[in-house]
Amino acid sequence: MNLTPEEWTAVRLTLIVAARAVGFGLPLAVITAWVLVRHRFPGRSLLNALVHLPLVLPPVVTGWLLLILFGIRGPIGSLLYDYLGIRLVFTTAGASLACAVMTFPVMVRSIRLSLEAADMGLEQAARTLGAGRLDRLFNVTLPLASPGILVGAIVAYATCLGEFGAVITFAANIPGQTQTLPLAIYAALQVPGGEAKAAELSMVSLALALIGLLLSEWLGKRLNVALGR
Amino acid sequence: MTLKFRLRHHFPTIDMDMAFETPSPGVTMLFGPSGCGKTTIINAAAGLFRPDECHISIDGKVLGDTKTGIWLPPERRRVGLVFQDAKLFPHMSIETNLRFGMRRTEPGSIRFDEVVDLLGIGHLLARRPKTLSGGERQRVAIGRGLLAQPHLLLMDEPLASLDAPRKAEILPFLTRLKTALRLPIIYVTHSPDELSQLGDSVVLLEKGRAVACGSVPDIAGRADLPLGQRDDAGAVLVCRVAEHDGDSALTRLEGGGVTLWVPLLDAEPGAECRVRIPAREVILARRTPEAISLHNIIPGTVRRMTDGPRRQSVLVEIVLPDGVLLSRVTPDAITRLALEPGSAVLALIKSTSIEVLGGTTPG
Repeated sequence: MNLTPEEWTAVRLTLIVAARAVGFGLPLAVITAWVLVRHRFPGRSLLNALVHLPLVLPPVVTGWLLLILFGIRGPIGSLLYDYLGIRLVFTTAGASLACAVMTFPVMVRSIRLSLEAADMGLEQAARTLGAGRLDRLFNVTLPLASPGILVGAIVAYATCLGEFGAVITFAANIPGQTQTLPLAIYAALQVPGGEAKAAELSMVSLALALIGLLLSEWLGKRLNVALGR
Repeated sequence: MTLKFRLRHHFPTIDMDMAFETPSPGVTMLFGPSGCGKTTIINAAAGLFRPDECHISIDGKVLGDTKTGIWLPPERRRVGLVFQDAKLFPHMSIETNLRFGMRRTEPGSIRFDEVVDLLGIGHLLARRPKTLSGGERQRVAIGRGLLAQPHLLLMDEPLASLDAPRKAEILPFLTRLKTALRLPIIYVTHSPDELSQLGDSVVLLEKGRAVACGSVPDIAGRADLPLGQRDDAGAVLVCRVAEHDGDSALTRLEGGGVTLWVPLLDAEPGAECRVRIPAREVILARRTPEAISLHNIIPGTVRRMTDGPRRQSVLVEIVLPDGVLLSRVTPDAITRLALEPGSAVLALIKSTSIEVLGGTTPG
């Protein structure tokens, strides 16, 4: 494979954007999943629906909603810009945000499943042994849910590598800044005679996705063994 | 010192309303059919379930009282709970499991080495729960509960998920534990064996009510209670090993105010042991029979007679100077011997029919 420096940049950028998206999204996904599984409160169904919305909305719509919320004039974007000097639209950070939002449901679902499968008796046992709420969460619940968390993270990472609609809408297609692999492929196809280039990049994309899926499978198994299952 | 317990709760299928007081330290058995409320008591005592009305205190220290609004959460209650299926943390080694509660409480009188030794789990410390047998897991679970230095230990059918050999393996450990650690223990079971071997007192439960409460010998010797209605009904006597007679290969026990001869035991004279005498093994007589293989001919007085199910048998309570025996005979035998409450009677018991429980092993 002989990729041009620009194409390598796109690959590297894709990996970085995905890593950031998962890095920031995962802790939030863990908390959200835990809240959804272990707590009953008014608005729980609404929260559940909101979390899953990006899964069913057209990605373009998600991107557009992000533009409205996080644009420099948007309710959240203006706060970020005025007080912290952070601009998300048309930036690498913005691409990460779009990826994070799009893959959030994937992570929450995976973590939720493993939390629901966890034996409540173990937490009760920890309770009678003097472990408070956070103690139980970090020493019993999360370690036992770690296969689900890890698999969720890897699948989300692989999904991030292919995020298109929301990224291009919210962060645009700026080479070196927001042009991730799928965007680069799209750009290549727009140029007459760019099919060969698009095919090359598609191969890279395919390889990355495959590695991600195999890795999640293997790690999931290893973790289950380590956890004594 | 006493453990006080009162609970009232409305479930869709059953109304529970029970109260009992038992001595502390000591092992209190909760005995009754499934669905009678045993587990509800355990969960309320552990703080995992808050009933409509409840009061739990040990030696005056209130763990929970819905009237005054005191309700210590499980993590601050210092009440150990041993589940039916161990509930060891699968991602931790046995040693980490054992130290889990210990690390989260101030040091107490129960030491790590002592518990490990008492339960015989020293060789398992580095292993994972998955690699242990059911009996080993249960022993670790008991150790883990004890090392959290509890003020009260709850055991919810700890042997129910084990097969008979595993049960037999753990029972001696539990007997040792009970004498070594002076701790109030509430023990749920529906096994009369565990009841008579481990229990100091017993609360009989039925349909959300406490039907009877008292010492194990007193309750086991009652013909009118659910325990006496079972096929395997039998009296329990607390005895002391008096002497061994090597020539006849017999051991003399003193208990219930009478003398019992049993096959030679491997126990120091003076040691305490319990015997269980199944009601169906006790023959009644009016006069001393002659030329008979029996060693135990025990005089007593008939106190109460209860018809068994379908009137095929009668359960007779025989009062001894300091205890009670049970005998199951046919209604015909009652007629022929003209037995009625107050009658003097002889209880004939084969020495091999007397089950010696706990503390001592047959030699």
